[in-house]
Amino acid sequence: MAITKQEMLALSGDEAVAYAVKQSDVDVVAAYPITPQTIIVERFSEYVHDGEVDTAFVCVESEHSALTACLAASAVGARTFTASASAGLALMHEILYVTSGCRAPVVMAITNRALSAPINIHCDHADSMVERDASWIQIYAENSQEAYDSIIQAFRIAEHPDILLPVMVMLDAFVLSHTLENVNVLADEAVRKFIGTRKIPLVKNHDGNVVPFKLDPENPLTMGPLDLHDYYFEHKRQQEDAMGRAPKIIKQVHDEYAEMSGRSYGNGLTESYRMEDAEVATICVGSTAGTTKTVVDQLRDSGTKAGLLRLRTYRPLPKTGIIRALESVKALAVLDRSHSFGGYGGPIFHEVRHVLYDSPTRPQVVNYVYGLGGRDMPQRLIHRIYEDLEKIVRTKQVEDPVQFIGVRE
Amino acid sequence: MTSQKKGWKDLPIAGVCWKPSTEYLTGDWRTFKPVVDTEKCTLCLLCHLYCPDSAIHWNRQAEAIEFDYDHCKGCGICAEECPVAAIEMVRE
Repeated sequence: MAITKQEMLALSGDEAVAYAVKQSDVDVVAAYPITPQTIIVERFSEYVHDGEVDTAFVCVESEHSALTACLAASAVGARTFTASASAGLALMHEILYVTSGCRAPVVMAITNRALSAPINIHCDHADSMVERDASWIQIYAENSQEAYDSIIQAFRIAEHPDILLPVMVMLDAFVLSHTLENVNVLADEAVRKFIGTRKIPLVKNHDGNVVPFKLDPENPLTMGPLDLHDYYFEHKRQQEDAMGRAPKIIKQVHDEYAEMSGRSYGNGLTESYRMEDAEVATICVGSTAGTTKTVVDQLRDSGTKAGLLRLRTYRPLPKTGIIRALESVKALAVLDRSHSFGGYGGPIFHEVRHVLYDSPTRPQVVNYVYGLGGRDMPQRLIHRIYEDLEKIVRTKQVEDPVQFIGVRE
Repeated sequence: MTSQKKGWKDLPIAGVCWKPSTEYLTGDWRTFKPVVDTEKCTLCLLCHLYCPDSAIHWNRQAEAIEFDYDHCKGCGICAEECPVAAIEMVRE
C-alpha cells in the first residue's frame, strides 16, 4: 500500500489529540475540563459547535459522571471518547473498573499530571500508573505525533471483537500537551477508512437469543449485573484473556497504520533504540525517551554501547519483548516518573525487574525516580545515569538500587 | 441450586445474563419458610404486594395464596406485614 497523502500542521499535543478524535467519527464525547487536558475538550467542543463533527457532546458535572456517560453511550453501541488528567482520572477510578468490566471500548486521552498535594499541574505519571490494574490498555506516547497516531489506533484496538477493552493514551503534561510540534495528519477519509464503523459482536441473551452485544430495547440484555462468588472470578479471568490477546492486535493495528502513514513506533509495544549490542541501557515511557535518544546518540558517537528501550504499552506489559531486547545488556536503569511510596522503587522498576527474573541473561538493574511534579529531566542527568551504569558494569555492583535523581538534598 | 456452572471460556462476557433470572433458584438461601394459616388469612394480599421477590401468588382455583418456594429467600417480610398474623416462619 502506498503511503497516504498527509498535511503538516503545527499542533500542541492536546490539539493533536482533539484533531485525531475529530477524524475518528466519534458518536459521543463526555468530558470535564482539567489542566492540562482542557485544550483537548475545548478544541473538540469547537468542532461540535462549528458542525465539523457529528458528535453528541455531553457537558457533565465531574469526571466520575464523564466516564459514566461514556460507559453508558458505549454500552448502547456508540463510539465514545473522553479525556482527563491527575485528580480527574482519580475521580474516575471507580468507573474505570466498571467500564472495563462491562467490556466497553471507550478511548480516553490522559495528559499525565502529578497528583495533589501539594497542588501541582505539571507532568509526572502518578495518575495513570496507579490505574494500571483497571483492565485498561495503556499506551504512552513519546511525542505529539505519536499521541495523534495512537488515538486513531486506539479505537481499532479497543473495538476489536477479540479485545473489547477500553484504551487510555497518555501524553506528558505541558512537555507535549502545550508544546507546538509539527504533526503530520492524515486525510479525514483515510482515517475513516482505517477505523471503519464500530462492529458489535453477537452474544446469547437470557432468552437464549443471539443478539448484538449492546443495550437495545428491541433485543434486551443485561450487562454488568450482580455477580457474586459464583461467577465474578470467571468474568475477571475473561478480562485477562482479552489482555492476553491484546499484544497481537496492537501490533497488527500498528503495522497496518504504519503501512498507511509511513510512521512506526518499534513493534507497537516496545521501541528499541540502538539496542542491538547495547551493554548499558535505560527503560522509560513518554517524552523522556526523546531526550534519552539524543543522549544515546552522543554516547554512541563516543564509543559507548548505549541503548534505550521505550515501553509504548505498559498494559499489556510486553514481557517477552523486554527480555529479548535486553539480552546483551549488562547494566540497566529503569526510569520512573512516579513512585510507589514504601514499595521498592517506582512501578516500571517493579515490573521490569520482575519480568527479568525469567531471563537467563538478566542485567543488573537500578531504578531512578525522576521528574516528579514536572521537574525537568535534562540531558545532563541522563548522562549521569549512563555513567553510573558504566560503573556498575566495571564493578559488577549496584550500590543503591533505588535512587531519586534531580531532587535537591 | 444451579446445574453445572459455566467456566470462563463458555460464559458470555461482561456479566451478560445467559438465562432468565427465574431460572436462578434462590429458594435454597432460605433458613425459615413462610407457611400460611388459611383459617386466619383474610385474602387481603398485602403479602403479595410486600414480597420483594414476587414469590407469593394468588391461586385462583384454590382461592388462596401460595408461596413460590423455588424463589422465596425466607426474608419474613410477609409474616411481619400480615395484619392478622396468618403467616408463620417455620425453620426448614
